[in-house]
Amino acid sequence: MTAAGNPAVATSAGRPLAGGRRLSLDWLGAVPFLAYVGLFLLLPSAIVGFGAFFNADSTFTLENFGHLSRSYVVRATIDTTVISAVTALAGAALGALLAYAIVTGSPNGLLRRLVVSASGVLAQFGGVTLAFAFIASIGPAGFVYLFAQAHGLDYYAHGIWLFERSGLGLVYLYFQIPLMVLVFLPALDGIKPQWREATESLGGNTWHYWRHIAGPILFPSFLGAALLLFANAFSAYATAQALINQGQPMLSQQIAGALSSEVGAVEPGFAKAIAIEMIVIVTLVTVLYSLLQRRTSRWL
Amino acid sequence: MTERSGVEVRLENLVRRYGTVTALDGLSLTIAPGELVALLGPSGCGKTTALRLLAGLEEADGGRVVIAGKDVTGLPTSRRNVGMVFQAYSLFPHMVAWENVAFGLQMRKVGAAERKKRALEALELVGLGRVANRYANQMSGGQQQRVALARALAIRPQVLLLDEPLSALDAKVRARLRDEIRRIQLEVGITTLFVTHDQEEALAIADRVGVMQSGRLEQLGPPTLVYTRPATPFVAEFVGLTNRLAGTVKGGAVEVRGVRLPLVQPDIADGPATALVRPEAVSLASRADAEEGPLVGAVLTVAFLGAVSRVTVDLGDTTVLAQMPTSAASQYPAGTKVRLELRSDPVLIQREEPVATAS
Ligand SMILES: Nc1ncnc2c1ncn2[C@@H]1O[C@H](COP(=O)(O)OP(=O)(O)OP(=O)(O)O)[C@@H](O)[C@H]1O
Ligand SMILES: [Mg+2]
Repeated sequence: MTAAGNPAVATSAGRPLAGGRRLSLDWLGAVPFLAYVGLFLLLPSAIVGFGAFFNADSTFTLENFGHLSRSYVVRATIDTTVISAVTALAGAALGALLAYAIVTGSPNGLLRRLVVSASGVLAQFGGVTLAFAFIASIGPAGFVYLFAQAHGLDYYAHGIWLFERSGLGLVYLYFQIPLMVLVFLPALDGIKPQWREATESLGGNTWHYWRHIAGPILFPSFLGAALLLFANAFSAYATAQALINQGQPMLSQQIAGALSSEVGAVEPGFAKAIAIEMIVIVTLVTVLYSLLQRRTSRWL
Repeated sequence: MTERSGVEVRLENLVRRYGTVTALDGLSLTIAPGELVALLGPSGCGKTTALRLLAGLEEADGGRVVIAGKDVTGLPTSRRNVGMVFQAYSLFPHMVAWENVAFGLQMRKVGAAERKKRALEALELVGLGRVANRYANQMSGGQQQRVALARALAIRPQVLLLDEPLSALDAKVRARLRDEIRRIQLEVGITTLFVTHDQEEALAIADRVGVMQSGRLEQLGPPTLVYTRPATPFVAEFVGLTNRLAGTVKGGAVEVRGVRLPLVQPDIADGPATALVRPEAVSLASRADAEEGPLVGAVLTVAFLGAVSRVTVDLGDTTVLAQMPTSAASQYPAGTKVRLELRSDPVLIQREEPVATAS
């Protein structure tokens, strides 16, 4: 006996079906969105992209891109990518754990409301304020450091790492983790307790549950959230600028440097070329992400 | 692998508390090999708790769970060999139907080819071979529940547990799937506990129905017995509709509106009491335009329910429900003056002081 449902329309790949193909005006609803994207994302990108091919005299040149091979730009590219990747992965892992701790508590509990609203604020916390908070607390003149030092713990014994790349990574985690909590909570909320109980009744233990059920279901969201965190760190400027004003390890700082050069000429075309480089890197990571996601959804 | 069917399940004096709430208050229930027992009761009476204790998803504060003669009270769910079907949304969303069904076999280290073969067999059993490659979100609610049933059965459990598996479905699908669950259960011969708050469902599907209240079993018996011979007023009121009529107990019978009816409970003391009378035991005797008397009244409403109809009659001081074939009811449109007759079935008596309950 079979259900009188709709006729079988399973796709060969078994993936969820896309909508039918027919003439419709559904796209009309997307017009405001597309206009917004066009005006505030594509247009500026196009202007930047276009400008990167001209020098100060408005003549066409590829020189700006040639400058990208300057050693300090290469250095900044590596630093920015590494700091962004590390803080994205660490932030995603720690944020996911924190979010998990929250959902295992009561759904309307005080802890959850507290952490969610705090995350909402902290995820936006950045720039001079954030840098100052760190400098004033754990910085070399901060009260935490002075206290620790007085008790025999001199965590700057091998150099003041707070004003270096590792310090910047630590400060970034401060907004990366709350951002992860915010974007990952909905995915965790979608996990049904019945899945765990079904796993148990089918003979699986906690490891099986995470390995075969919760892990694979959550992994795409986790990866997507980590990508968002990467882009978030990658494009951050004010925090890095406030914390580290020597060496300028971040690409966003290099753009600022090229636009307001203290040492040499102002190079707007070069700044635009760096911006293009940043767009390319984020695009590459996004492509990598979608490839990885497609593969893992098949494996797991 | 263990024998698929026909083991006895015993719940012995189970107690479960949540803080100050006693969800189960000494529940004892024996399910015979291959039997389907439906637990029926109002919301919060402890049905789900009983099932979860049997599954091992909750720990008992007292009592024992015995499956096939083996005490499993301390065993985790994964080692109890029970198949479970939940209310809804229990299919793994990232696996197609057959992968869901095969998952339990994978946990039991069955080889990949054998796994798929047995999963497809289980899907055939529930009539869903053709949706084997669909994800949960591509199936109707009824199909999802059938896949869940196939998944539970594929591991050849000793006991099948269903917690309101049909309550998220619409009425028509519900009735059909209910019958199908019963057919499959009989075919497989598996000992089954079916939890529901829908009395019609319980009466239709079960070998025996257990009616629960406040964490205890009020009555356990075959559907017909629970319906026609409710052991307690609570069961009488919860299962089916009941008229509550004032009367007087005297000499082993109760007099209700001038009619003497036999008693279910023989040892009721004399005195005023409320008699519980089923609508089917009430019939409309005649048009009674000229008559007067305690059983004469006017038809208020006629509710058409298909083959039968339910007539509400206003007797002045109370209203009485009568149920009869629609053909009979159609002779008495609203407003008609009628005289009621009470069939002399044994009736239950309810008193202010609690009546001794069977358990
Ligand atoms: N996890 C829990 N924490 C606290 N109290 C609980 C918990 N689970 C159940 N209870 C309480 O135990 C009692 C029995 O609950 P149970 O879920 O067994 O009822 P039920 O008969 O299945 O009801 P329903 O028909 O609504 O599903 C209820 O009073 C309920 O509030
Ligand atoms: Mg329940």
